[in-house]
Amino acid sequence: MLYCAALCFVALLSAAEAATIERAEYDHYKYHPMPEITQWMTQIAQNYSDIASIEDYGKTYENRTISLLKIGLKTPGTKKAIWMDCGIHAREWIAPAFCQYFVSQILQTYKTDPKMEEMMKNMDFYVTPVLNMDGYIYSWKNNTTRLWRKNRTPGPAGCNCYGTDLNRNFDANWGSVGVSRDCCENIYCGKGAASEPEAQAVAEYLGKRKNDFLCFLTIHSYGQLLLIPYGHPNISAPNYDELMEVGLAAAEAIKEVHGMEYAVGTSPAILYPNSGSSRDWARMQGIPLAFTFELRDKGQHGFLLPEDQIQPACEEAYRGALHIITYAHDKTFGGASVTAAAALWTVLLAVGVTSASVM
Amino acid sequence: MATGELNPNHYPAQRAANVVRHYLNTRYGSPYRVFTLNRVHSGNAEDMADSGRKYQLEISVQDFISNKTEKCSAEVLFPRGEPQDSPSVQASCEELLKIDTKAQEEAWYQQNKNQSLVTAHLPDSYGHIDPGNEPLWHLGIVASSFIMLNESTENTLYNMAQVANVTQLETENDQLKFDYYILLHDMVSQEIIHWKLLFTWSPAEGVKVLQKELMPKCHHCETVEVIANTN
Repeated sequence: MLYCAALCFVALLSAAEAATIERAEYDHYKYHPMPEITQWMTQIAQNYSDIASIEDYGKTYENRTISLLKIGLKTPGTKKAIWMDCGIHAREWIAPAFCQYFVSQILQTYKTDPKMEEMMKNMDFYVTPVLNMDGYIYSWKNNTTRLWRKNRTPGPAGCNCYGTDLNRNFDANWGSVGVSRDCCENIYCGKGAASEPEAQAVAEYLGKRKNDFLCFLTIHSYGQLLLIPYGHPNISAPNYDELMEVGLAAAEAIKEVHGMEYAVGTSPAILYPNSGSSRDWARMQGIPLAFTFELRDKGQHGFLLPEDQIQPACEEAYRGALHIITYAHDKTFGGASVTAAAALWTVLLAVGVTSASVM
Repeated sequence: MATGELNPNHYPAQRAANVVRHYLNTRYGSPYRVFTLNRVHSGNAEDMADSGRKYQLEISVQDFISNKTEKCSAEVLFPRGEPQDSPSVQASCEELLKIDTKAQEEAWYQQNKNQSLVTAHLPDSYGHIDPGNEPLWHLGIVASSFIMLNESTENTLYNMAQVANVTQLETENDQLKFDYYILLHDMVSQEIIHWKLLFTWSPAEGVKVLQKELMPKCHHCETVEVIANTN
Protein backbone atom coordinates (compact mmCIF):
# COMPACT_ATOMS: atom_id res chain seq x y z
CA MET A 1 0.00 0.00 0.00
CA LEU A 2 1.00 3.58 -0.61
CA TYR A 3 1.66 4.61 2.97
CA CYS A 4 3.71 1.51 3.73
CA ALA A 5 5.98 2.35 0.82
CA ALA A 6 6.45 5.87 2.16
CA LEU A 7 7.11 4.68 5.70
CA CYS A 8 9.60 2.06 4.58
CA PHE A 9 11.38 4.68 2.50
CA VAL A 10 11.65 7.08 5.42
CA ALA A 11 12.94 4.36 7.72
CA LEU A 12 15.90 3.74 5.45
CA LEU A 13 17.23 7.27 5.76
CA SER A 14 19.85 8.35 8.24
CA ALA A 15 18.96 11.05 10.74
CA ALA A 16 21.00 13.70 8.93
CA GLU A 17 19.40 12.95 5.59
CA ALA A 18 16.03 12.82 7.28
CA ALA A 19 16.40 16.41 8.41
CA THR A 20 16.81 17.73 4.87
CA ILE A 21 14.22 15.33 3.52
CA GLU A 22 11.51 16.76 5.76
CA ARG A 23 12.18 20.31 4.75
CA ALA A 24 12.09 19.47 1.08
CA GLU A 25 9.80 16.58 0.72
CA TYR A 26 6.88 16.17 3.10
CA ASP A 27 3.97 16.60 0.76
CA HIS A 28 1.40 18.76 2.51
CA TYR A 29 -0.92 18.40 -0.46
CA LYS A 30 -1.54 14.69 0.00
CA TYR A 31 -3.47 12.92 2.75
CA HIS A 32 -1.18 11.09 5.17
CA PRO A 33 -1.91 8.05 7.30
CA MET A 34 -1.21 8.22 11.03
CA PRO A 35 2.28 6.67 11.03
CA GLU A 36 3.45 9.30 8.53
CA ILE A 37 1.95 12.11 10.60
CA THR A 38 3.66 10.82 13.74
CA GLN A 39 6.93 10.56 11.86
CA TRP A 40 6.50 14.08 10.54
CA MET A 41 5.91 15.42 14.05
CA THR A 42 9.13 13.81 15.21
CA GLN A 43 10.99 15.37 12.29
CA ILE A 44 9.61 18.81 13.06
CA ALA A 45 10.64 18.57 16.70
CA GLN A 46 14.12 17.50 15.59
CA ASN A 47 14.59 20.00 12.76
CA TYR A 48 13.24 22.94 14.74
CA SER A 49 14.32 21.83 18.18
CA ASP A 50 15.00 25.41 19.27
CA ILE A 51 11.33 26.34 18.94
CA ALA A 52 9.31 23.17 18.55
CA SER A 53 8.75 20.26 20.90
CA ILE A 54 6.32 17.38 21.21
CA GLU A 55 4.18 17.03 24.28
CA ASP A 56 2.27 13.84 25.02
CA TYR A 57 -0.90 14.58 26.87
CA GLY A 58 -3.08 11.53 26.95
CA LYS A 59 -4.03 8.15 25.60
CA THR A 60 -6.76 7.12 23.23
CA TYR A 61 -9.12 4.25 24.02
CA GLU A 62 -6.88 1.91 22.04
CA ASN A 63 -3.94 3.15 24.11
CA ARG A 64 -2.24 5.36 21.55
CA THR A 65 -0.40 8.42 22.77
CA ILE A 66 -2.06 11.71 21.95
CA SER A 67 0.55 14.36 21.13
CA LEU A 68 0.77 17.98 20.21
CA LEU A 69 3.46 20.20 18.79
CA LYS A 70 4.28 23.17 20.98
CA ILE A 71 5.85 25.92 18.90
CA GLY A 72 7.16 29.26 20.04
CA LEU A 73 10.34 31.21 20.71
CA LYS A 74 11.75 30.33 24.06
CA THR A 75 11.25 33.26 26.39
CA PRO A 76 11.30 33.26 30.19
CA GLY A 77 8.09 33.02 32.17
CA THR A 78 4.66 31.67 31.26
CA LYS A 79 3.58 32.60 27.80
CA LYS A 80 0.15 33.20 26.40
CA ALA A 81 -1.03 30.48 24.04
CA ILE A 82 -3.04 29.50 21.00
CA TRP A 83 -4.75 26.08 20.76
CA MET A 84 -5.53 24.26 17.55
CA ASP A 85 -6.88 20.75 17.26
CA CYS A 86 -7.67 18.77 14.13
CA GLY A 87 -9.21 15.38 13.51
CA ILE A 88 -11.82 15.16 16.28
CA HIS A 89 -13.93 13.51 13.58
CA ALA A 90 -12.12 10.71 11.79
CA ARG A 91 -13.51 11.15 8.28
CA GLU A 92 -12.69 14.87 8.03
CA TRP A 93 -9.26 14.25 6.50
CA ILE A 94 -8.78 17.84 5.34
CA ALA A 95 -8.58 18.90 9.01
CA PRO A 96 -5.37 17.04 9.97
CA ALA A 97 -3.98 18.13 6.61
CA PHE A 98 -4.64 21.71 7.66
CA CYS A 99 -2.98 21.37 11.06
CA GLN A 100 0.16 20.08 9.40
CA TYR A 101 0.05 22.86 6.82
CA PHE A 102 -0.45 25.44 9.57
CA VAL A 103 2.61 24.23 11.42
CA SER A 104 4.76 24.27 8.29
CA GLN A 105 3.59 27.80 7.52
CA ILE A 106 4.38 29.34 10.88
CA LEU A 107 7.75 27.62 10.91
CA GLN A 108 8.54 28.97 7.46
CA THR A 109 7.32 32.51 7.96
CA TYR A 110 8.52 33.48 11.43
CA LYS A 111 12.06 34.04 10.18
CA THR A 112 11.03 36.54 7.52
CA ASP A 113 7.74 37.97 8.75
CA PRO A 114 8.27 40.30 11.73
CA LYS A 115 4.62 39.99 12.79
CA MET A 116 4.81 36.20 13.00
CA GLU A 117 8.12 36.48 14.83
CA GLU A 118 6.54 38.85 17.33
CA MET A 119 3.63 36.46 17.85
CA MET A 120 5.99 33.53 18.33
CA LYS A 121 7.86 35.57 20.93
CA ASN A 122 4.73 36.43 22.87
CA MET A 123 2.76 33.23 22.42
CA ASP A 124 3.15 29.50 22.09
CA PHE A 125 1.17 27.57 19.49
CA TYR A 126 -0.20 24.20 20.65
CA VAL A 127 -1.23 22.13 17.64
CA THR A 128 -2.73 18.64 17.80
CA PRO A 129 -2.71 17.29 14.24
CA VAL A 130 -4.96 14.30 15.02
CA LEU A 131 -6.91 14.18 18.26
CA ASN A 132 -9.10 11.15 17.47
CA MET A 133 -6.23 8.91 16.41
CA ASP A 134 -8.13 5.64 16.79
CA GLY A 135 -10.94 6.92 14.59
CA TYR A 136 -8.56 8.37 12.01
CA ILE A 137 -6.62 5.12 11.74
CA TYR A 138 -9.90 3.22 11.46
CA SER A 139 -10.99 5.48 8.59
CA TRP A 140 -7.84 4.44 6.72
CA LYS A 141 -8.43 0.74 7.25
CA ASN A 142 -10.37 -0.02 4.07
CA ASN A 143 -13.11 1.28 1.80
CA THR A 144 -15.88 0.38 4.24
CA THR A 145 -14.47 2.47 7.10
CA ARG A 146 -13.59 5.70 5.26
CA LEU A 147 -16.67 7.59 6.51
CA TRP A 148 -16.25 6.74 10.22
CA ARG A 149 -16.80 9.76 12.49
CA LYS A 150 -16.57 8.82 16.15
CA ASN A 151 -13.81 7.42 18.37
CA ARG A 152 -13.49 3.67 18.90
CA THR A 153 -14.66 3.10 22.46
CA PRO A 154 -17.02 0.10 22.60
CA GLY A 155 -20.61 0.92 23.40
CA PRO A 156 -22.06 0.46 26.87
CA ALA A 157 -23.49 -2.88 27.98
CA GLY A 158 -26.52 -3.75 25.88
CA CYS A 159 -25.45 -1.71 22.88
CA ASN A 160 -23.45 -3.43 20.18
CA CYS A 161 -21.99 -0.48 18.36
CA TYR A 162 -18.69 1.36 18.68
CA GLY A 163 -17.74 4.95 19.11
CA THR A 164 -18.68 8.15 20.86
CA ASP A 165 -18.90 11.49 19.07
CA LEU A 166 -16.05 13.33 20.77
CA ASN A 167 -17.55 16.66 19.76
CA ARG A 168 -20.63 15.89 21.87
CA ASN A 169 -18.70 14.47 24.80
CA PHE A 170 -17.06 17.53 26.36
CA ASP A 171 -18.36 18.81 29.68
CA ALA A 172 -20.27 21.77 28.27
CA ASN A 173 -24.04 21.49 28.69
CA TRP A 174 -23.37 17.81 28.02
CA GLY A 175 -26.26 15.76 26.71
CA SER A 176 -28.68 18.66 26.56
CA VAL A 177 -29.30 19.29 22.88
CA GLY A 178 -28.29 18.01 19.45
CA VAL A 179 -27.15 14.61 20.69
CA SER A 180 -28.25 10.99 20.60
CA ARG A 181 -28.35 8.55 23.53
CA ASP A 182 -28.22 5.65 21.06
CA CYS A 183 -24.68 4.34 20.99
CA CYS A 184 -25.14 3.24 17.37
CA GLU A 185 -25.73 6.78 16.17
CA ASN A 186 -23.13 9.20 14.95
CA ILE A 187 -23.90 11.96 17.46
CA TYR A 188 -23.88 9.61 20.46
CA CYS A 189 -22.64 11.77 23.31
CA GLY A 190 -21.13 8.98 25.40
CA LYS A 191 -21.82 7.40 28.79
CA GLY A 192 -21.28 10.69 30.56
CA ALA A 193 -19.70 14.11 30.26
CA ALA A 194 -16.02 13.71 29.33
CA SER A 195 -16.32 9.93 29.53
CA GLU A 196 -13.93 9.59 26.61
CA PRO A 197 -10.16 9.50 27.11
CA GLU A 198 -9.55 11.81 24.16
CA ALA A 199 -11.86 14.49 25.55
CA GLN A 200 -10.38 13.99 29.02
CA ALA A 201 -6.89 14.50 27.65
CA VAL A 202 -7.78 17.92 26.25
CA ALA A 203 -9.71 18.93 29.34
CA GLU A 204 -6.93 17.94 31.70
CA TYR A 205 -4.14 19.52 29.68
CA LEU A 206 -5.94 22.77 28.94
CA GLY A 207 -7.72 22.94 32.26
CA LYS A 208 -4.41 23.46 34.06
CA ARG A 209 -3.41 26.21 31.65
CA LYS A 210 -6.71 27.82 30.73
CA ASN A 211 -5.72 31.31 31.79
CA ASP A 212 -2.86 31.28 29.33
CA PHE A 213 -4.97 30.51 26.29
CA LEU A 214 -6.20 33.43 24.20
CA CYS A 215 -7.68 31.45 21.39
CA PHE A 216 -9.07 27.94 20.75
CA LEU A 217 -9.55 26.76 17.18
CA THR A 218 -11.03 23.34 16.42
CA ILE A 219 -10.85 22.25 12.78
CA HIS A 220 -13.49 20.17 11.00
CA SER A 221 -15.13 19.65 7.63
CA TYR A 222 -17.29 20.15 5.63
CA GLY A 223 -19.54 23.15 5.07
CA GLN A 224 -17.39 26.28 4.78
CA LEU A 225 -18.46 27.76 8.09
CA LEU A 226 -16.96 29.56 11.08
CA LEU A 227 -19.02 28.65 14.12
CA ILE A 228 -18.97 30.54 17.41
CA PRO A 229 -20.20 29.45 20.83
CA TYR A 230 -22.60 28.30 22.09
CA GLY A 231 -24.29 25.28 20.57
CA HIS A 232 -27.33 25.71 22.79
CA PRO A 233 -29.96 27.97 21.21
CA ASN A 234 -30.78 29.73 24.49
CA ILE A 235 -27.28 30.52 25.68
CA SER A 236 -25.22 33.40 24.31
CA ALA A 237 -21.54 33.91 24.82
CA PRO A 238 -20.90 37.14 26.73
CA ASN A 239 -18.60 38.33 23.94
CA TYR A 240 -20.96 37.33 21.12
CA ASP A 241 -20.50 40.66 19.35
CA GLU A 242 -16.73 40.35 19.44
CA LEU A 243 -16.87 36.75 18.21
CA MET A 244 -19.12 37.72 15.31
CA GLU A 245 -16.96 40.69 14.37
CA VAL A 246 -13.73 38.70 14.44
CA GLY A 247 -15.40 35.78 12.67
CA LEU A 248 -16.79 37.94 9.88
CA ALA A 249 -13.39 39.57 9.38
CA ALA A 250 -11.78 36.13 9.27
CA ALA A 251 -14.32 35.04 6.64
CA GLU A 252 -13.40 38.11 4.59
CA ALA A 253 -9.75 37.16 4.85
CA ILE A 254 -10.65 33.64 3.67
CA LYS A 255 -12.62 34.98 0.71
CA GLU A 256 -9.70 37.12 -0.42
CA VAL A 257 -7.60 34.04 -1.07
CA HIS A 258 -9.71 32.00 -3.52
CA GLY A 259 -13.15 33.60 -3.44
CA MET A 260 -14.72 30.97 -1.19
CA GLU A 261 -17.52 32.07 1.08
CA TYR A 262 -17.65 30.93 4.68
CA ALA A 263 -20.78 31.69 6.68
CA VAL A 264 -20.32 32.90 10.27
CA GLY A 265 -22.59 32.41 13.26
CA THR A 266 -23.53 30.20 16.17
CA SER A 267 -24.14 26.51 15.50
CA PRO A 268 -27.86 26.70 16.33
CA ALA A 269 -28.32 29.58 13.88
CA ILE A 270 -26.22 28.39 10.95
CA LEU A 271 -26.18 24.62 11.23
CA TYR A 272 -27.92 22.89 14.14
CA PRO A 273 -28.00 23.03 17.93
CA ASN A 274 -25.44 20.88 19.73
CA SER A 275 -23.92 20.40 23.15
CA GLY A 276 -20.70 18.97 24.48
CA SER A 277 -18.51 20.45 21.76
CA SER A 278 -14.85 21.20 22.41
CA ARG A 279 -15.43 24.80 21.33
CA ASP A 280 -18.20 25.31 23.90
CA TRP A 281 -16.06 23.70 26.60
CA ALA A 282 -13.17 26.01 25.77
CA ARG A 283 -15.37 29.11 25.89
CA MET A 284 -16.80 28.00 29.22
CA GLN A 285 -13.28 27.68 30.58
CA GLY A 286 -12.92 31.36 29.81
CA ILE A 287 -10.92 31.16 26.60
CA PRO A 288 -12.46 34.18 24.88
CA LEU A 289 -11.96 33.39 21.20
CA ALA A 290 -13.25 29.90 20.48
CA PHE A 291 -14.12 28.96 16.90
CA THR A 292 -15.04 25.84 14.96
CA PHE A 293 -13.76 25.88 11.41
CA GLU A 294 -15.73 23.77 8.92
CA LEU A 295 -13.47 23.63 5.88
CA ARG A 296 -14.24 22.85 2.20
CA ASP A 297 -16.44 21.99 0.46
CA LYS A 298 -20.16 22.62 0.55
CA GLY A 299 -21.31 19.09 -0.18
CA GLN A 300 -20.18 18.29 -3.69
CA HIS A 301 -17.34 16.05 -2.48
CA GLY A 302 -18.06 16.49 1.21
CA PHE A 303 -15.70 14.42 3.34
CA LEU A 304 -13.98 13.05 0.22
CA LEU A 305 -12.28 16.32 -0.73
CA PRO A 306 -9.92 15.75 -3.67
CA GLU A 307 -6.21 16.06 -2.94
CA ASP A 308 -5.91 18.79 -5.55
CA GLN A 309 -8.04 20.97 -3.27
CA ILE A 310 -5.88 20.48 -0.17
CA GLN A 311 -3.63 23.39 -1.06
CA PRO A 312 -6.33 26.01 -1.74
CA ALA A 313 -8.41 24.81 1.22
CA CYS A 314 -5.42 25.14 3.54
CA GLU A 315 -4.31 28.47 2.11
CA GLU A 316 -7.67 30.11 2.71
CA ALA A 317 -8.19 28.54 6.14
CA TYR A 318 -4.72 29.70 7.14
CA ARG A 319 -5.63 33.32 6.40
CA GLY A 320 -8.79 32.96 8.44
CA ALA A 321 -7.02 31.35 11.39
CA LEU A 322 -4.24 33.90 11.21
CA HIS A 323 -6.72 36.75 11.38
CA ILE A 324 -8.21 35.39 14.60
CA ILE A 325 -4.81 34.63 16.09
CA THR A 326 -3.47 38.07 15.21
CA TYR A 327 -6.53 39.70 16.74
CA ALA A 328 -6.09 37.65 19.91
CA HIS A 329 -2.43 38.56 20.07
CA ASP A 330 -2.91 42.27 19.42
CA LYS A 331 -5.70 42.53 21.95
CA THR A 332 -3.34 41.32 24.65
CA PHE A 333 0.00 42.67 23.49
CA GLY A 334 -1.13 45.61 21.39
CA GLY A 335 -0.83 45.80 17.65
CA ALA A 336 -0.03 49.38 16.52
CA SER A 337 -3.62 50.46 15.80
CA VAL A 338 -5.19 48.60 18.74
CA THR A 339 -2.91 50.20 21.30
CA ALA A 340 -3.34 53.68 19.88
CA ALA A 341 -7.14 53.50 19.81
CA ALA A 342 -7.29 51.98 23.28
CA ALA A 343 -4.97 54.65 24.68
CA LEU A 344 -7.00 57.44 23.10
CA TRP A 345 -10.27 56.16 24.52
CA THR A 346 -8.77 55.69 27.94
CA VAL A 347 -7.79 59.34 27.96
CA LEU A 348 -11.13 60.54 26.57
CA LEU A 349 -13.16 58.48 29.02
CA ALA A 350 -11.08 59.76 31.91
CA VAL A 351 -11.95 63.30 30.85
CA GLY A 352 -15.65 62.32 30.72
CA VAL A 353 -16.10 62.32 27.00
CA THR A 354 -18.48 59.75 25.54
CA SER A 355 -19.04 58.86 21.92
CA ALA A 356 -22.34 60.75 22.06
CA SER A 357 -20.77 64.02 23.08
CA VAL A 358 -17.94 63.63 20.61
CA MET A 359 -20.43 63.38 17.71
CA MET B 1 -39.91 27.04 13.73
CA ALA B 2 -38.68 30.17 12.02
CA THR B 3 -41.54 32.04 10.37
CA GLY B 4 -41.71 35.23 8.35
CA GLU B 5 -38.63 36.70 6.79
CA LEU B 6 -35.66 34.35 7.12
CA ASN B 7 -31.98 35.07 7.48
CA PRO B 8 -30.61 33.61 4.21
CA ASN B 9 -27.48 32.31 5.93
CA HIS B 10 -29.32 30.50 8.68
CA TYR B 11 -30.24 26.85 8.47
CA PRO B 12 -34.01 27.03 7.82
CA ALA B 13 -33.58 28.85 4.51
CA GLN B 14 -30.46 26.83 3.66
CA ARG B 15 -32.20 23.48 4.21
CA ALA B 16 -35.21 24.52 2.12
CA ALA B 17 -32.90 25.79 -0.64
CA ASN B 18 -31.09 22.46 -0.63
CA VAL B 19 -34.44 20.79 -1.35
CA VAL B 20 -34.85 23.06 -4.38
CA ARG B 21 -31.40 21.95 -5.55
CA HIS B 22 -32.45 18.29 -5.32
CA TYR B 23 -35.60 19.09 -7.28
CA LEU B 24 -33.68 20.86 -10.03
CA ASN B 25 -31.29 17.94 -10.35
CA THR B 26 -34.17 15.50 -10.74
CA ARG B 27 -35.69 17.67 -13.46
CA TYR B 28 -32.66 18.97 -15.32
CA GLY B 29 -29.69 16.93 -14.15
CA SER B 30 -27.71 14.63 -16.43
CA PRO B 31 -24.25 13.09 -16.75
CA TYR B 32 -23.19 16.55 -17.93
CA ARG B 33 -25.32 18.85 -15.85
CA VAL B 34 -25.40 18.92 -12.04
CA PHE B 35 -26.47 21.76 -9.77
CA THR B 36 -25.12 22.97 -6.48
CA LEU B 37 -26.55 25.66 -4.29
CA ASN B 38 -24.58 28.84 -4.76
CA ARG B 39 -26.36 31.17 -2.40
CA VAL B 40 -29.65 31.99 -0.75
CA HIS B 41 -30.58 35.61 -1.39
CA SER B 42 -33.77 35.76 0.60
CA GLY B 43 -36.37 33.53 2.16
CA ASN B 44 -39.73 33.56 3.82
CA ALA B 45 -41.52 30.83 5.77
CA GLU B 46 -45.22 30.56 6.40
CA ASP B 47 -47.36 28.17 8.41
CA MET B 48 -50.09 26.89 6.13
CA ALA B 49 -52.77 25.72 8.60
CA ASP B 50 -53.50 22.12 7.59
CA SER B 51 -51.15 21.58 4.70
CA GLY B 52 -47.74 22.29 6.16
CA ARG B 53 -45.02 24.91 6.02
CA LYS B 54 -44.29 26.87 2.89
CA TYR B 55 -40.97 28.47 2.07
CA GLN B 56 -40.49 31.10 -0.60
CA LEU B 57 -36.93 31.54 -1.70
CA GLU B 58 -34.71 33.53 -4.00
CA ILE B 59 -31.60 31.50 -4.60
CA SER B 60 -28.72 31.12 -7.01
CA VAL B 61 -27.77 27.70 -8.25
CA GLN B 62 -24.65 26.74 -10.15
CA ASP B 63 -24.05 24.03 -12.68
CA PHE B 64 -20.76 22.75 -11.40
CA ILE B 65 -19.69 21.46 -14.78
CA SER B 66 -20.16 24.61 -16.86
CA ASN B 67 -19.90 26.83 -13.76
CA LYS B 68 -22.87 28.87 -15.01
CA THR B 69 -24.88 30.46 -12.23
CA GLU B 70 -28.56 31.20 -12.37
CA LYS B 71 -30.98 32.96 -10.09
CA CYS B 72 -34.19 31.14 -9.31
CA SER B 73 -37.41 31.77 -7.49
CA ALA B 74 -38.77 28.74 -5.73
CA GLU B 75 -41.41 27.52 -3.35
CA VAL B 76 -41.07 24.51 -1.09
CA LEU B 77 -43.95 22.99 0.84
CA PHE B 78 -43.08 20.63 3.67
CA PRO B 79 -46.33 18.78 4.34
CA ARG B 80 -47.68 17.92 7.76
CA GLY B 81 -48.49 14.40 8.79
CA GLU B 82 -47.03 11.25 10.26
CA PRO B 83 -45.35 9.72 8.38
CA GLN B 84 -44.35 12.87 6.59
CA ASP B 85 -44.88 13.02 2.84
CA SER B 86 -42.21 14.33 0.51
CA PRO B 87 -41.90 18.06 0.08
CA SER B 88 -43.29 19.59 -3.09
CA VAL B 89 -41.29 22.12 -5.01
CA GLN B 90 -42.01 24.72 -7.63
CA ALA B 91 -39.12 26.54 -9.21
CA SER B 92 -38.49 28.75 -12.16
CA CYS B 93 -34.97 28.92 -13.46
CA GLU B 94 -35.39 28.84 -17.22
CA GLU B 95 -31.85 29.88 -18.02
CA LEU B 96 -30.55 26.56 -16.74
CA LEU B 97 -32.10 24.65 -19.62
CA LYS B 98 -30.11 26.76 -22.02
CA ILE B 99 -26.89 25.15 -20.84
CA ASP B 100 -26.26 23.05 -23.92
CA THR B 101 -25.18 19.55 -23.11
CA LYS B 102 -27.03 17.71 -25.89
CA ALA B 103 -23.95 16.76 -27.88
CA GLN B 104 -22.03 15.42 -24.91
CA GLU B 105 -25.01 13.52 -23.58
CA GLU B 106 -25.76 11.97 -26.95
CA ALA B 107 -22.13 10.96 -27.43
CA TRP B 108 -21.92 9.35 -24.00
CA TYR B 109 -25.23 7.61 -24.56
CA GLN B 110 -24.14 6.11 -27.89
CA GLN B 111 -20.76 5.15 -26.48
CA ASN B 112 -22.31 3.20 -23.63
CA LYS B 113 -25.45 1.75 -25.21
CA ASN B 114 -23.85 -1.64 -25.51
CA GLN B 115 -21.54 -1.52 -22.54
CA SER B 116 -21.65 -3.20 -19.17
CA LEU B 117 -19.88 -0.56 -17.12
CA VAL B 118 -18.86 -1.54 -13.65
CA THR B 119 -17.04 0.65 -11.16
CA ALA B 120 -16.91 1.51 -7.49
CA HIS B 121 -16.05 4.29 -5.04
CA LEU B 122 -16.77 7.54 -6.78
CA PRO B 123 -15.00 9.49 -5.36
CA ASP B 124 -12.42 7.20 -3.75
CA SER B 125 -11.01 7.76 -0.27
CA TYR B 126 -8.70 10.47 -1.57
CA GLY B 127 -11.51 12.34 -3.32
CA HIS B 128 -10.34 11.13 -6.69
CA ILE B 129 -12.51 10.22 -9.67
CA ASP B 130 -11.06 9.02 -12.97
CA PRO B 131 -12.10 11.54 -15.62
CA GLY B 132 -13.76 8.74 -17.59
CA ASN B 133 -15.99 7.99 -14.59
CA GLU B 134 -17.12 11.54 -13.96
CA PRO B 135 -20.36 11.19 -15.94
CA LEU B 136 -21.21 8.14 -13.83
CA TRP B 137 -20.58 10.19 -10.69
CA HIS B 138 -22.78 12.99 -12.00
CA LEU B 139 -25.48 10.50 -12.88
CA GLY B 140 -25.24 9.16 -9.34
CA ILE B 141 -25.87 12.62 -7.91
CA VAL B 142 -28.86 13.10 -10.20
CA ALA B 143 -30.38 9.73 -9.37
CA SER B 144 -29.69 10.25 -5.63
CA SER B 145 -31.53 13.53 -5.88
CA PHE B 146 -34.80 11.64 -6.33
CA ILE B 147 -34.22 9.99 -2.97
CA MET B 148 -32.87 13.10 -1.30
CA LEU B 149 -35.86 15.09 -2.51
CA ASN B 150 -38.25 12.43 -1.28
CA GLU B 151 -36.64 12.08 2.11
CA SER B 152 -36.06 15.76 2.87
CA THR B 153 -37.75 17.50 5.76
CA GLU B 154 -37.04 20.73 7.64
CA ASN B 155 -34.79 18.62 9.85
CA THR B 156 -32.49 17.15 7.24
CA LEU B 157 -29.73 18.40 4.94
CA TYR B 158 -28.70 15.79 2.39
CA ASN B 159 -25.69 15.48 0.14
CA MET B 160 -24.52 12.43 -1.74
CA ALA B 161 -21.36 11.27 0.02
CA GLN B 162 -20.22 8.62 -2.42
CA VAL B 163 -21.27 6.24 -5.16
CA ALA B 164 -20.18 2.97 -3.58
CA ASN B 165 -20.88 0.80 -6.60
CA VAL B 166 -22.12 1.02 -10.18
CA THR B 167 -23.31 -1.85 -12.36
CA GLN B 168 -24.67 -1.13 -15.80
CA LEU B 169 -27.42 -3.56 -16.84
CA GLU B 170 -28.64 -4.30 -20.30
CA THR B 171 -30.09 -1.37 -22.19
CA GLU B 172 -33.87 -1.57 -22.16
CA ASN B 173 -36.22 0.33 -24.46
CA ASP B 174 -33.30 2.46 -25.60
CA GLN B 175 -32.67 3.54 -22.02
CA LEU B 176 -29.33 2.96 -20.36
CA LYS B 177 -30.03 1.00 -17.20
CA PHE B 178 -28.03 1.13 -13.97
CA ASP B 179 -27.88 -0.45 -10.56
CA TYR B 180 -26.24 1.98 -8.12
CA TYR B 181 -25.33 1.62 -4.47
CA ILE B 182 -25.12 5.14 -3.05
CA LEU B 183 -24.25 6.66 0.28
CA LEU B 184 -26.06 9.77 1.40
CA HIS B 185 -24.87 12.06 4.17
CA ASP B 186 -27.42 13.85 6.33
CA MET B 187 -25.67 16.81 7.90
CA VAL B 188 -28.16 17.17 10.75
CA SER B 189 -27.94 13.62 12.12
CA GLN B 190 -24.44 13.14 10.67
CA GLU B 191 -25.56 9.71 9.50
CA ILE B 192 -24.49 7.90 6.35
CA ILE B 193 -27.54 6.32 4.77
CA HIS B 194 -27.28 3.51 2.26
CA TRP B 195 -29.59 3.19 -0.72
CA LYS B 196 -29.76 0.88 -3.71
CA LEU B 197 -31.18 2.42 -6.85
CA LEU B 198 -32.31 0.91 -10.09
CA PHE B 199 -32.82 3.56 -12.77
CA THR B 200 -32.70 4.32 -16.46
CA TRP B 201 -31.33 7.30 -18.35
CA SER B 202 -31.29 8.62 -21.89
CA PRO B 203 -30.73 12.11 -23.27
CA ALA B 204 -34.39 12.32 -24.22
CA GLU B 205 -35.98 10.87 -21.09
CA GLY B 206 -33.54 11.88 -18.35
CA VAL B 207 -33.35 9.77 -15.19
CA LYS B 208 -36.28 7.52 -14.33
CA VAL B 209 -36.09 5.64 -11.04
CA LEU B 210 -37.47 2.10 -11.27
CA GLN B 211 -36.74 0.81 -7.81
CA LYS B 212 -35.18 2.16 -4.66
CA GLU B 213 -34.30 0.30 -1.49
CA LEU B 214 -33.11 1.60 1.84
CA MET B 215 -30.31 -0.64 3.04
CA PRO B 216 -29.87 -1.58 6.68
CA LYS B 217 -27.28 0.39 8.60
CA CYS B 218 -23.90 -1.23 8.82
CA HIS B 219 -22.84 -0.88 12.43
CA HIS B 220 -19.16 -1.46 12.05
CA CYS B 221 -18.62 0.56 8.93
CA GLU B 222 -19.83 3.60 7.13
CA THR B 223 -19.85 2.26 3.62
CA VAL B 224 -19.79 -1.13 1.98
CA GLU B 225 -17.36 -3.24 0.11
CA VAL B 226 -19.55 -4.34 -2.72
CA ILE B 227 -18.06 -7.07 -4.83
CA ALA B 228 -18.86 -5.82 -8.29
CA ASN B 229 -20.48 -8.26 -10.69
CA THR B 230 -18.21 -8.80 -13.62
CA ASN B 231 -20.02 -10.07 -16.70
